[in-house]
Amino acid sequence: MKNSSRLVSFNSPTFLAYALIAPAVVYLLCIVGWPLFETFRLSFTNASIAGEEYVGFENYEKLLASSKFSKIAIRTFVWTFFSVLLKLILGMIGAVLLNASLRGRTFFRILVLPPWVVPIAIGALGWMWVYNGHFGILSGIGIRLGLLDGPFSFLAYKNSAFIATMVTDVWVGTPFVTLFFLAGMQAVSKDLYEAAYCDGAGRFRRFYHITLPQITPVIISMSLISAVATFVSFDIIFIMTEGGPRGATTTLIIDTYKMALGNYKFGRGSARAVMIVLMITTFAVLYFYLLSRINKKVSHG
Amino acid sequence: MDKYSLPLKIFLYFSIFIFFIFILLPFVEMFYASLRPLKHLFRSPYQFYSDDLSFWAYREMWNTVPLLGRYIFNSFFMAITVTFFTLVFVIPAAYSYARFNFPFKQGSLWVLLAVNMFSGAVLLIPLFKLLRTFDLLNTYFAMIVPGIAFCIPTSIWLLKAYFEKIPVELEEAAYVDGASRIDILTKIIAPLSTPGIVVTAIYAFIQAYAQQFLFAITFNSIREYMPIVSGLTEFIGYQSVKWNEMMAASIVGVFPVLIVFVFLQKYIVEGLTAGAVKN
Repeated sequence: MKNSSRLVSFNSPTFLAYALIAPAVVYLLCIVGWPLFETFRLSFTNASIAGEEYVGFENYEKLLASSKFSKIAIRTFVWTFFSVLLKLILGMIGAVLLNASLRGRTFFRILVLPPWVVPIAIGALGWMWVYNGHFGILSGIGIRLGLLDGPFSFLAYKNSAFIATMVTDVWVGTPFVTLFFLAGMQAVSKDLYEAAYCDGAGRFRRFYHITLPQITPVIISMSLISAVATFVSFDIIFIMTEGGPRGATTTLIIDTYKMALGNYKFGRGSARAVMIVLMITTFAVLYFYLLSRINKKVSHG
Repeated sequence: MDKYSLPLKIFLYFSIFIFFIFILLPFVEMFYASLRPLKHLFRSPYQFYSDDLSFWAYREMWNTVPLLGRYIFNSFFMAITVTFFTLVFVIPAAYSYARFNFPFKQGSLWVLLAVNMFSGAVLLIPLFKLLRTFDLLNTYFAMIVPGIAFCIPTSIWLLKAYFEKIPVELEEAAYVDGASRIDILTKIIAPLSTPGIVVTAIYAFIQAYAQQFLFAITFNSIREYMPIVSGLTEFIGYQSVKWNEMMAASIVGVFPVLIVFVFLQKYIVEGLTAGAVKN
Protein backbone atom coordinates (compact mmCIF):
# COMPACT_ATOMS: atom_id res chain seq x y z
CA MET A 1 0.00 0.00 0.00
CA LYS A 2 2.69 2.39 0.98
CA ASN A 3 4.65 1.44 -2.08
CA SER A 4 1.85 2.11 -4.54
CA SER A 5 1.17 5.55 -3.14
CA ARG A 6 4.86 6.28 -3.49
CA LEU A 7 4.60 5.24 -7.13
CA VAL A 8 1.75 7.65 -7.80
CA SER A 9 3.78 10.53 -6.45
CA PHE A 10 6.71 9.25 -8.48
CA ASN A 11 4.88 9.48 -11.77
CA SER A 12 2.99 12.73 -11.41
CA PRO A 13 4.96 15.32 -9.51
CA THR A 14 3.73 18.25 -11.55
CA PHE A 15 5.89 20.76 -9.76
CA LEU A 16 9.10 18.84 -10.42
CA ALA A 17 8.10 18.33 -14.05
CA TYR A 18 7.63 22.04 -14.57
CA ALA A 19 10.80 22.88 -12.68
CA LEU A 20 12.79 20.65 -15.02
CA ILE A 21 11.47 22.19 -18.22
CA ALA A 22 11.43 25.73 -16.85
CA PRO A 23 15.01 26.75 -17.78
CA ALA A 24 14.58 25.71 -21.42
CA VAL A 25 11.14 27.32 -21.66
CA VAL A 26 12.25 30.59 -20.08
CA TYR A 27 15.26 30.74 -22.37
CA LEU A 28 13.13 30.16 -25.47
CA LEU A 29 10.61 32.74 -24.31
CA CYS A 30 13.39 35.33 -24.09
CA ILE A 31 15.24 34.47 -27.32
CA VAL A 32 12.37 33.35 -29.56
CA GLY A 33 9.06 34.30 -27.91
CA TRP A 34 9.81 37.90 -27.09
CA PRO A 35 11.47 38.63 -30.46
CA LEU A 36 8.45 37.14 -32.21
CA PHE A 37 6.13 39.43 -30.26
CA GLU A 38 8.47 42.36 -30.85
CA THR A 39 8.47 41.67 -34.60
CA PHE A 40 4.68 42.01 -34.60
CA ARG A 41 4.86 45.24 -32.61
CA LEU A 42 7.61 46.75 -34.76
CA SER A 43 5.71 45.95 -37.93
CA PHE A 44 3.20 48.66 -36.93
CA THR A 45 5.93 51.27 -36.50
CA ASN A 46 8.40 53.04 -38.72
CA ALA A 47 11.28 51.94 -36.49
CA SER A 48 14.80 52.60 -37.70
CA ILE A 49 18.15 53.39 -36.10
CA ALA A 50 16.80 56.88 -35.36
CA GLY A 51 13.74 55.84 -33.36
CA GLU A 52 10.22 54.57 -33.82
CA GLU A 53 6.71 55.88 -34.17
CA TYR A 54 3.39 54.07 -34.43
CA VAL A 55 2.12 54.10 -38.01
CA GLY A 56 -0.73 51.58 -37.94
CA PHE A 57 -1.09 49.36 -40.96
CA GLU A 58 0.98 51.61 -43.22
CA ASN A 59 3.80 49.07 -43.69
CA TYR A 60 1.35 46.34 -44.63
CA GLU A 61 -0.62 48.60 -46.96
CA LYS A 62 2.59 49.52 -48.76
CA LEU A 63 3.64 45.88 -48.95
CA LEU A 64 0.38 44.58 -50.33
CA ALA A 65 0.10 47.43 -52.79
CA SER A 66 3.61 46.97 -54.18
CA SER A 67 3.87 44.76 -57.23
CA LYS A 68 7.49 44.10 -56.32
CA PHE A 69 6.49 42.31 -53.13
CA SER A 70 3.95 40.06 -54.83
CA LYS A 71 6.56 39.25 -57.44
CA ILE A 72 9.04 38.28 -54.72
CA ALA A 73 6.39 36.22 -52.94
CA ILE A 74 5.50 34.32 -56.11
CA ARG A 75 9.19 33.81 -56.86
CA THR A 76 9.72 32.40 -53.37
CA PHE A 77 6.82 29.99 -53.80
CA VAL A 78 8.08 28.79 -57.18
CA TRP A 79 11.61 28.39 -55.85
CA THR A 80 10.37 26.51 -52.80
CA PHE A 81 7.94 24.31 -54.72
CA PHE A 82 10.44 23.03 -57.26
CA SER A 83 13.20 22.71 -54.72
CA VAL A 84 11.05 20.60 -52.39
CA LEU A 85 9.70 18.53 -55.27
CA LEU A 86 13.23 17.75 -56.44
CA LYS A 87 14.36 16.96 -52.89
CA LEU A 88 11.51 14.47 -52.50
CA ILE A 89 12.13 12.82 -55.87
CA LEU A 90 15.89 12.59 -55.40
CA GLY A 91 15.44 11.58 -51.76
CA MET A 92 13.13 8.77 -52.82
CA ILE A 93 15.51 7.59 -55.56
CA GLY A 94 18.41 7.80 -53.10
CA ALA A 95 16.54 5.87 -50.43
CA VAL A 96 15.53 3.12 -52.86
CA LEU A 97 19.13 2.82 -54.06
CA LEU A 98 20.58 2.76 -50.54
CA ASN A 99 17.91 0.29 -49.42
CA ALA A 100 18.87 -2.23 -52.11
CA SER A 101 20.81 -5.13 -50.62
CA LEU A 102 24.03 -4.42 -52.45
CA ARG A 103 27.59 -4.75 -51.28
CA GLY A 104 28.87 -1.46 -49.89
CA ARG A 105 25.52 -0.03 -48.86
CA THR A 106 26.64 0.76 -45.31
CA PHE A 107 29.40 2.85 -46.82
CA PHE A 108 27.01 4.53 -49.27
CA ARG A 109 24.72 5.47 -46.40
CA ILE A 110 27.54 7.36 -44.71
CA LEU A 111 28.70 8.93 -47.94
CA VAL A 112 25.32 10.52 -48.62
CA LEU A 113 25.35 12.72 -45.53
CA PRO A 114 28.20 15.23 -45.99
CA PRO A 115 26.09 17.91 -47.73
CA TRP A 116 23.91 17.97 -44.63
CA VAL A 117 26.78 17.84 -42.13
CA VAL A 118 28.98 20.49 -43.69
CA PRO A 119 27.92 24.10 -42.98
CA ILE A 120 25.71 25.37 -45.80
CA ALA A 121 27.98 28.38 -46.26
CA ILE A 122 30.89 26.12 -47.20
CA GLY A 123 28.82 23.91 -49.48
CA ALA A 124 27.64 27.07 -51.23
CA LEU A 125 31.26 28.11 -51.81
CA GLY A 126 31.94 24.75 -53.45
CA TRP A 127 28.97 25.20 -55.76
CA MET A 128 30.06 28.74 -56.62
CA TRP A 129 33.26 27.23 -57.89
CA VAL A 130 31.37 24.57 -59.86
CA TYR A 131 29.16 27.28 -61.43
CA ASN A 132 32.06 29.61 -62.22
CA GLY A 133 32.05 30.57 -65.89
CA HIS A 134 35.75 30.55 -66.68
CA PHE A 135 37.11 28.03 -64.23
CA GLY A 136 34.13 25.88 -63.23
CA ILE A 137 33.67 22.28 -64.27
CA LEU A 138 30.08 22.69 -65.52
CA SER A 139 30.98 25.40 -67.98
CA GLY A 140 34.10 23.43 -68.90
CA ILE A 141 32.12 20.28 -69.69
CA GLY A 142 29.52 22.32 -71.56
CA ILE A 143 32.16 23.83 -73.81
CA ARG A 144 33.88 20.48 -74.35
CA LEU A 145 30.60 18.87 -75.37
CA GLY A 146 29.72 21.81 -77.60
CA LEU A 147 26.65 22.74 -75.57
CA LEU A 148 28.07 26.17 -74.78
CA ASP A 149 29.78 28.56 -77.17
CA GLY A 150 32.06 29.97 -74.52
CA PRO A 151 32.46 30.40 -70.78
CA PHE A 152 29.05 30.60 -69.15
CA SER A 153 28.71 32.03 -65.63
CA PHE A 154 25.68 30.29 -64.23
CA LEU A 155 25.21 32.85 -61.48
CA ALA A 156 25.36 35.88 -63.76
CA TYR A 157 22.09 35.42 -65.65
CA LYS A 158 18.58 35.58 -64.26
CA ASN A 159 17.19 32.18 -65.17
CA SER A 160 20.37 30.20 -64.71
CA ALA A 161 21.03 31.83 -61.33
CA PHE A 162 17.51 30.98 -60.20
CA ILE A 163 17.98 27.34 -61.17
CA ALA A 164 21.57 27.17 -59.89
CA THR A 165 20.67 28.37 -56.39
CA MET A 166 17.73 25.97 -56.40
CA VAL A 167 19.96 23.03 -57.34
CA THR A 168 22.30 23.92 -54.50
CA ASP A 169 19.36 24.03 -52.09
CA VAL A 170 18.24 20.62 -53.37
CA TRP A 171 21.75 19.35 -52.78
CA VAL A 172 21.72 20.60 -49.17
CA GLY A 173 18.30 19.09 -48.44
CA THR A 174 18.47 15.76 -50.27
CA PRO A 175 20.61 13.79 -47.74
CA PHE A 176 18.22 14.53 -44.90
CA VAL A 177 15.19 13.46 -46.94
CA THR A 178 17.02 10.34 -48.16
CA LEU A 179 17.93 9.42 -44.60
CA PHE A 180 14.36 9.65 -43.34
CA PHE A 181 12.84 7.86 -46.35
CA LEU A 182 15.40 5.11 -45.88
CA ALA A 183 14.56 4.79 -42.20
CA GLY A 184 10.87 4.66 -43.11
CA MET A 185 11.48 1.89 -45.65
CA GLN A 186 13.45 -0.16 -43.17
CA ALA A 187 10.65 0.07 -40.62
CA VAL A 188 8.22 -1.60 -43.04
CA SER A 189 7.63 -5.21 -41.98
CA LYS A 190 9.49 -7.76 -44.11
CA ASP A 191 6.49 -10.11 -43.91
CA LEU A 192 4.48 -7.80 -46.15
CA TYR A 193 7.08 -8.03 -48.90
CA GLU A 194 7.41 -11.79 -48.56
CA ALA A 195 3.66 -12.30 -48.72
CA ALA A 196 3.43 -10.11 -51.82
CA TYR A 197 6.39 -11.94 -53.36
CA CYS A 198 4.68 -15.29 -52.80
CA ASP A 199 1.58 -13.88 -54.49
CA GLY A 200 3.71 -13.06 -57.49
CA ALA A 201 4.02 -9.29 -57.15
CA GLY A 202 7.06 -7.85 -58.95
CA ARG A 203 9.42 -5.18 -57.63
CA PHE A 204 7.50 -2.24 -58.96
CA ARG A 205 4.17 -3.50 -57.69
CA ARG A 206 5.67 -4.18 -54.28
CA PHE A 207 7.09 -0.67 -54.21
CA TYR A 208 3.84 0.91 -55.33
CA HIS A 209 1.45 -1.14 -53.20
CA ILE A 210 3.53 -1.70 -50.07
CA THR A 211 6.45 0.73 -49.72
CA LEU A 212 4.71 3.91 -50.83
CA PRO A 213 1.56 3.58 -48.69
CA GLN A 214 3.60 2.44 -45.69
CA ILE A 215 5.92 5.43 -45.74
CA THR A 216 3.28 8.01 -46.65
CA PRO A 217 3.43 9.60 -43.16
CA VAL A 218 7.20 10.05 -43.54
CA ILE A 219 6.73 11.53 -47.02
CA ILE A 220 4.19 14.03 -45.72
CA SER A 221 6.21 15.12 -42.73
CA MET A 222 9.36 15.40 -44.86
CA SER A 223 7.65 17.47 -47.54
CA LEU A 224 6.38 19.96 -44.99
CA ILE A 225 9.58 20.12 -42.97
CA SER A 226 11.51 20.68 -46.22
CA ALA A 227 8.99 23.25 -47.40
CA VAL A 228 9.43 25.34 -44.27
CA ALA A 229 13.21 25.07 -44.31
CA THR A 230 13.38 25.91 -48.02
CA PHE A 231 10.99 28.82 -47.69
CA VAL A 232 13.37 30.58 -45.29
CA SER A 233 16.59 29.29 -46.84
CA PHE A 234 19.04 32.15 -46.47
CA ASP A 235 22.73 31.20 -46.59
CA ILE A 236 22.79 29.73 -50.09
CA ILE A 237 21.26 32.68 -51.91
CA PHE A 238 22.95 35.29 -49.77
CA ILE A 239 26.40 33.83 -50.41
CA MET A 240 26.01 32.84 -54.04
CA THR A 241 24.10 35.78 -55.51
CA GLU A 242 23.01 38.14 -52.71
CA GLY A 243 19.59 38.01 -54.36
CA GLY A 244 20.86 39.02 -57.78
CA PRO A 245 21.36 39.26 -60.70
CA ARG A 246 18.83 42.12 -60.83
CA GLY A 247 16.71 40.55 -58.11
CA ALA A 248 16.26 37.23 -59.90
CA THR A 249 17.00 35.20 -56.76
CA THR A 250 15.60 37.61 -54.17
CA THR A 251 13.26 35.54 -52.02
CA LEU A 252 11.14 36.83 -49.14
CA ILE A 253 13.80 36.13 -46.54
CA ILE A 254 16.53 37.86 -48.55
CA ASP A 255 14.26 40.83 -49.16
CA THR A 256 13.45 41.01 -45.44
CA TYR A 257 17.09 40.82 -44.47
CA LYS A 258 18.13 43.54 -46.88
CA MET A 259 15.30 45.83 -45.86
CA ALA A 260 15.87 45.39 -42.14
CA LEU A 261 19.59 45.01 -41.71
CA GLY A 262 20.90 46.44 -44.97
CA ASN A 263 18.84 49.63 -44.83
CA TYR A 264 18.05 49.56 -41.08
CA LYS A 265 14.34 49.96 -41.83
CA PHE A 266 13.26 47.81 -38.90
CA GLY A 267 9.56 48.61 -39.19
CA ARG A 268 9.19 47.75 -42.86
CA GLY A 269 11.46 44.75 -42.43
CA SER A 270 9.33 43.53 -39.54
CA ALA A 271 6.17 43.73 -41.64
CA ARG A 272 7.90 41.47 -44.14
CA ALA A 273 9.01 39.10 -41.38
CA VAL A 274 5.44 38.93 -40.09
CA MET A 275 4.23 38.00 -43.57
CA ILE A 276 6.78 35.17 -43.61
CA VAL A 277 5.65 34.01 -40.16
CA LEU A 278 2.03 34.00 -41.33
CA MET A 279 2.93 31.94 -44.38
CA ILE A 280 4.98 29.49 -42.32
CA THR A 281 2.12 29.19 -39.85
CA THR A 282 -0.17 28.28 -42.73
CA PHE A 283 2.29 25.56 -43.70
CA ALA A 284 2.40 24.35 -40.12
CA VAL A 285 -1.37 24.22 -39.72
CA LEU A 286 -1.61 22.29 -42.96
CA TYR A 287 1.10 19.97 -41.71
CA PHE A 288 -0.62 19.12 -38.45
CA TYR A 289 -3.99 18.80 -40.18
CA LEU A 290 -2.65 16.32 -42.74
CA LEU A 291 -0.66 14.48 -40.11
CA SER A 292 -3.62 14.00 -37.80
CA ARG A 293 -5.83 12.84 -40.67
CA ILE A 294 -3.26 10.30 -41.75
CA ASN A 295 -2.71 9.10 -38.19
CA LYS A 296 -6.45 8.57 -37.88
CA LYS A 297 -6.54 6.61 -41.10
CA VAL A 298 -3.64 4.44 -40.04
CA SER A 299 -5.00 3.75 -36.58
CA HIS A 300 -8.45 2.91 -37.91
CA GLY A 301 -6.94 0.21 -40.06
CA MET B 1 12.82 -13.29 -52.08
CA ASP B 2 14.02 -12.76 -55.61
CA LYS B 3 17.69 -12.00 -56.16
CA TYR B 4 19.00 -9.17 -58.31
CA SER B 5 19.78 -10.20 -61.84
CA LEU B 6 23.15 -9.09 -63.17
CA PRO B 7 21.82 -6.33 -65.47
CA LEU B 8 19.71 -4.98 -62.61
CA LYS B 9 22.73 -5.03 -60.32
CA ILE B 10 24.78 -3.10 -62.89
CA PHE B 11 21.92 -0.65 -63.33
CA LEU B 12 21.67 -0.11 -59.56
CA TYR B 13 25.41 0.49 -59.14
CA PHE B 14 25.38 2.82 -62.12
CA SER B 15 22.47 4.79 -60.62
CA ILE B 16 24.26 4.98 -57.27
CA PHE B 17 27.31 6.29 -59.10
CA ILE B 18 25.26 9.04 -60.80
CA PHE B 19 23.57 9.92 -57.51
CA PHE B 20 26.90 10.31 -55.77
CA ILE B 21 28.33 12.45 -58.56
CA PHE B 22 25.65 14.96 -57.62
CA ILE B 23 26.18 14.58 -53.85
CA LEU B 24 29.97 14.73 -53.92
CA LEU B 25 30.67 16.98 -56.91
CA PRO B 26 31.26 20.21 -54.97
CA PHE B 27 33.51 18.47 -52.43
CA VAL B 28 35.60 16.79 -55.10
CA GLU B 29 35.89 20.06 -57.01
CA MET B 30 36.83 21.94 -53.83
CA PHE B 31 39.51 19.44 -52.97
CA TYR B 32 40.81 19.36 -56.52
CA ALA B 33 40.88 23.15 -56.73
CA SER B 34 42.78 23.31 -53.44
CA LEU B 35 45.54 21.16 -54.94
CA ARG B 36 45.99 23.13 -58.16
CA PRO B 37 48.20 26.20 -58.51
CA LEU B 38 46.27 29.43 -58.91
CA LYS B 39 47.51 30.08 -62.42
CA HIS B 40 46.25 26.66 -63.55
CA LEU B 41 42.84 27.43 -62.08
CA PHE B 42 42.69 30.63 -64.07
CA ARG B 43 43.55 29.00 -67.37
CA SER B 44 40.95 29.48 -70.01
CA PRO B 45 39.51 27.44 -71.66
CA TYR B 46 38.79 25.14 -68.74
CA GLN B 47 41.26 22.32 -68.18
CA PHE B 48 40.31 19.14 -66.45
CA TYR B 49 43.86 18.32 -65.37
CA SER B 50 46.89 19.96 -63.84
CA ASP B 51 50.36 18.52 -63.93
CA ASP B 52 51.73 19.90 -60.68
CA LEU B 53 49.26 19.17 -57.93
CA SER B 54 50.50 20.08 -54.47
CA PHE B 55 49.43 20.93 -50.96
CA TRP B 56 51.06 24.35 -51.31
CA ALA B 57 47.76 26.19 -50.77
CA TYR B 58 47.37 24.50 -47.39
CA ARG B 59 50.61 26.16 -46.26
CA GLU B 60 50.17 29.49 -47.98
CA MET B 61 46.62 30.13 -46.71
CA TRP B 62 47.87 30.82 -43.18
CA ASN B 63 49.98 33.70 -44.58
CA THR B 64 47.24 35.12 -46.82
CA VAL B 65 44.76 35.26 -43.96
CA PRO B 66 46.81 35.52 -40.78
CA LEU B 67 43.76 35.12 -38.53
CA LEU B 68 42.66 31.87 -40.17
CA GLY B 69 43.64 29.75 -37.18
CA ARG B 70 41.75 32.11 -34.93
CA TYR B 71 38.62 31.78 -37.10
CA ILE B 72 38.73 28.00 -36.97
CA PHE B 73 39.23 28.18 -33.21
CA ASN B 74 36.29 30.61 -32.92
CA SER B 75 33.99 28.29 -34.85
CA PHE B 76 35.00 25.34 -32.75
CA PHE B 77 34.84 27.24 -29.48
CA MET B 78 31.40 28.72 -30.16
CA ALA B 79 29.96 25.41 -31.35
CA ILE B 80 31.27 23.64 -28.23
CA THR B 81 29.85 26.35 -25.97
CA VAL B 82 26.47 26.23 -27.68
CA THR B 83 26.47 22.44 -27.38
CA PHE B 84 27.30 22.58 -23.68
CA PHE B 85 24.56 25.05 -22.78
CA THR B 86 22.07 23.29 -25.04
CA LEU B 87 22.66 20.11 -23.06
CA VAL B 88 22.30 21.97 -19.76
CA PHE B 89 18.86 23.17 -20.84
CA VAL B 90 17.79 20.06 -22.68
CA ILE B 91 18.69 17.15 -20.40
CA PRO B 92 16.30 18.07 -17.56
CA ALA B 93 13.58 19.18 -19.96
CA ALA B 94 13.75 16.02 -22.06
CA TYR B 95 13.74 13.87 -18.93
CA SER B 96 10.66 15.66 -17.69
CA TYR B 97 8.86 15.21 -21.02
CA ALA B 98 9.78 11.55 -21.17
CA ARG B 99 8.77 10.64 -17.64
CA PHE B 100 6.03 12.88 -16.30
CA ASN B 101 2.51 13.75 -17.27
CA PHE B 102 1.52 17.33 -16.70
CA PRO B 103 -0.93 19.87 -18.08
CA PHE B 104 0.09 21.40 -21.46
CA LYS B 105 2.61 18.64 -22.07
CA GLN B 106 1.56 17.80 -25.64
CA GLY B 107 0.80 21.42 -26.42
CA SER B 108 4.20 22.65 -25.35
CA LEU B 109 5.89 19.89 -27.37
CA TRP B 110 4.13 21.13 -30.51
CA VAL B 111 5.11 24.69 -29.69
CA LEU B 112 8.72 23.50 -29.51
CA LEU B 113 8.38 22.10 -33.02
CA ALA B 114 6.96 25.41 -34.13
CA VAL B 115 10.02 27.22 -32.76
CA ASN B 116 12.01 25.06 -35.13
CA MET B 117 10.07 26.45 -38.02
CA PHE B 118 11.01 30.06 -37.42
CA SER B 119 14.53 30.07 -38.63
CA GLY B 120 16.73 32.67 -37.03
CA ALA B 121 16.47 34.89 -40.08
CA VAL B 122 12.84 35.76 -39.33
CA LEU B 123 13.64 37.01 -35.84
CA LEU B 124 16.85 38.88 -36.65
CA ILE B 125 15.49 42.40 -36.17
CA PRO B 126 14.34 42.08 -32.54
CA LEU B 127 17.29 39.83 -31.76
CA PHE B 128 19.54 42.57 -33.05
CA LYS B 129 17.81 45.08 -30.78
CA LEU B 130 17.85 42.67 -27.84
CA LEU B 131 21.56 42.01 -28.18
CA ARG B 132 22.21 45.73 -28.58
CA THR B 133 20.26 46.50 -25.41
CA PHE B 134 22.39 44.09 -23.41
CA ASP B 135 25.53 45.34 -25.12
CA LEU B 136 26.26 41.91 -26.53
CA LEU B 137 26.70 42.90 -30.19
CA ASN B 138 30.20 42.20 -31.46
CA THR B 139 31.01 39.62 -28.82
CA TYR B 140 31.09 35.83 -28.82
CA PHE B 141 27.77 35.93 -26.99
CA ALA B 142 26.07 37.62 -29.96
CA MET B 143 26.53 34.35 -31.84
CA ILE B 144 26.24 31.93 -28.92
CA VAL B 145 23.04 33.21 -27.27
CA PRO B 146 20.74 32.88 -30.31
CA GLY B 147 22.60 29.72 -31.35
CA ILE B 148 21.56 27.90 -28.20
CA ALA B 149 17.89 28.82 -28.64
CA PHE B 150 17.65 27.25 -32.09
CA CYS B 151 19.37 24.05 -30.97
CA ILE B 152 17.05 23.44 -28.02
CA PRO B 153 13.78 22.30 -29.69
CA THR B 154 15.07 19.46 -31.85
CA SER B 155 17.46 18.39 -29.11
CA ILE B 156 14.58 18.00 -26.67
CA TRP B 157 12.69 15.83 -29.15
CA LEU B 158 15.77 13.71 -29.82
CA LEU B 159 16.68 13.13 -26.20
CA LYS B 160 13.08 12.59 -25.11
CA ALA B 161 12.84 9.66 -27.53
CA TYR B 162 15.97 8.22 -25.91
CA PHE B 163 14.80 8.61 -22.32
CA GLU B 164 11.53 6.96 -23.24
CA LYS B 165 13.39 3.83 -24.27
CA ILE B 166 14.76 3.34 -20.74
CA PRO B 167 12.17 1.25 -18.90
CA VAL B 168 10.52 3.29 -16.19
CA GLU B 169 10.31 0.12 -14.06
CA LEU B 170 14.04 0.44 -13.38
CA GLU B 171 13.49 3.81 -11.79
CA GLU B 172 10.35 2.74 -9.97
CA ALA B 173 12.11 -0.25 -8.47
CA ALA B 174 14.93 1.93 -7.22
CA TYR B 175 12.45 4.47 -5.91
CA VAL B 176 10.49 1.84 -4.02
CA ASP B 177 13.75 0.62 -2.56
CA GLY B 178 14.23 4.10 -1.15
CA ALA B 179 16.65 5.68 -3.63
CA SER B 180 16.36 9.46 -3.91
CA ARG B 181 15.68 11.20 -7.22
CA ILE B 182 19.26 12.39 -7.31
CA ASP B 183 20.47 8.81 -6.91
CA ILE B 184 18.15 7.68 -9.69
CA LEU B 185 19.36 10.40 -12.03
CA THR B 186 23.05 9.89 -11.41
CA LYS B 187 23.17 6.12 -10.93
CA ILE B 188 20.50 4.84 -13.32
CA ILE B 189 19.52 7.43 -15.88
CA ALA B 190 22.90 9.01 -16.57
CA PRO B 191 24.79 5.81 -17.41
CA LEU B 192 21.94 4.33 -19.44
CA SER B 193 21.29 7.46 -21.46
CA THR B 194 24.89 8.30 -22.34
CA PRO B 195 24.48 7.21 -25.99
CA GLY B 196 21.39 9.41 -26.31
CA ILE B 197 23.14 12.39 -24.79
CA VAL B 198 26.07 11.84 -27.16
CA VAL B 199 23.75 11.83 -30.18
CA THR B 200 22.05 14.99 -28.98
CA ALA B 201 25.41 16.64 -28.41
CA ILE B 202 26.57 15.74 -31.92
CA TYR B 203 23.38 17.07 -33.40
CA ALA B 204 23.72 20.32 -31.46
CA PHE B 205 27.36 20.66 -32.44
CA ILE B 206 26.69 20.19 -36.17
CA GLN B 207 23.71 22.54 -36.01
CA ALA B 208 25.66 25.15 -34.06
CA TYR B 209 28.58 24.97 -36.47
CA ALA B 210 26.28 25.34 -39.47
CA GLN B 211 24.15 28.26 -38.28
CA GLN B 212 27.07 30.50 -37.33
CA PHE B 213 27.12 32.27 -40.68
CA LEU B 214 23.85 34.15 -40.30
CA PHE B 215 24.50 35.29 -36.74
CA ALA B 216 28.10 36.20 -37.52
CA ILE B 217 27.33 38.47 -40.47
CA THR B 218 24.44 40.11 -38.62
CA PHE B 219 25.57 40.48 -35.02
CA ASN B 220 29.32 40.67 -35.24
CA SER B 221 31.68 42.93 -37.11
CA ILE B 222 34.86 42.31 -35.14
CA ARG B 223 37.37 40.21 -37.04
CA GLU B 224 38.82 38.53 -33.95
CA TYR B 225 35.46 36.90 -33.14
CA MET B 226 34.55 35.77 -36.65
CA PRO B 227 33.84 32.07 -37.28
CA ILE B 228 35.49 30.33 -40.21
CA VAL B 229 32.42 30.50 -42.47
CA SER B 230 32.51 34.29 -42.58
CA GLY B 231 36.32 34.49 -42.29
CA LEU B 232 36.60 32.71 -45.63
CA THR B 233 35.50 35.86 -47.43
CA GLU B 234 38.93 37.32 -46.68
CA PHE B 235 40.40 35.24 -49.49
CA ILE B 236 38.44 37.49 -51.81
CA GLY B 237 40.96 40.26 -52.40
CA TYR B 238 40.75 43.54 -54.30
CA GLN B 239 42.56 42.09 -57.29
CA SER B 240 41.62 38.45 -57.42
CA VAL B 241 40.08 35.62 -55.45
CA LYS B 242 42.58 33.10 -54.12
CA TRP B 243 40.25 30.24 -54.88
CA ASN B 244 42.70 27.45 -54.21
CA GLU B 245 43.53 28.76 -50.74
CA MET B 246 39.89 29.51 -50.00
CA MET B 247 38.98 25.93 -50.87
CA ALA B 248 41.87 24.58 -48.80
CA ALA B 249 40.75 26.69 -45.84
CA SER B 250 37.15 25.51 -46.28
CA ILE B 251 38.27 21.91 -46.14
CA VAL B 252 40.40 22.50 -43.06
CA GLY B 253 37.56 24.52 -41.55
CA VAL B 254 35.00 21.72 -41.78
CA PHE B 255 37.46 19.19 -40.44
CA PRO B 256 36.19 19.33 -36.84
CA VAL B 257 32.65 18.58 -37.98
CA LEU B 258 33.72 15.85 -40.38
CA ILE B 259 35.79 14.11 -37.70
CA VAL B 260 32.89 14.18 -35.26
CA PHE B 261 30.63 12.92 -38.02
CA VAL B 262 32.81 10.09 -39.31
CA PHE B 263 33.40 8.61 -35.88
CA LEU B 264 29.86 8.88 -34.68
CA GLN B 265 27.81 8.61 -37.90
CA LYS B 266 26.17 5.36 -36.82
CA TYR B 267 24.66 6.96 -33.73
CA ILE B 268 23.56 10.07 -35.63
CA VAL B 269 21.62 8.10 -38.22
CA GLU B 270 19.96 5.88 -35.61
CA GLY B 271 19.23 8.70 -33.21
CA LEU B 272 17.79 11.09 -35.76
CA THR B 273 15.49 8.61 -37.38
CA ALA B 274 14.36 6.66 -34.29
CA GLY B 275 11.80 9.23 -33.18
CA ALA B 276 10.64 10.14 -36.67
CA VAL B 277 9.74 6.67 -37.77
CA LYS B 278 7.94 5.81 -34.57
CA ASN B 279 5.71 8.85 -34.87
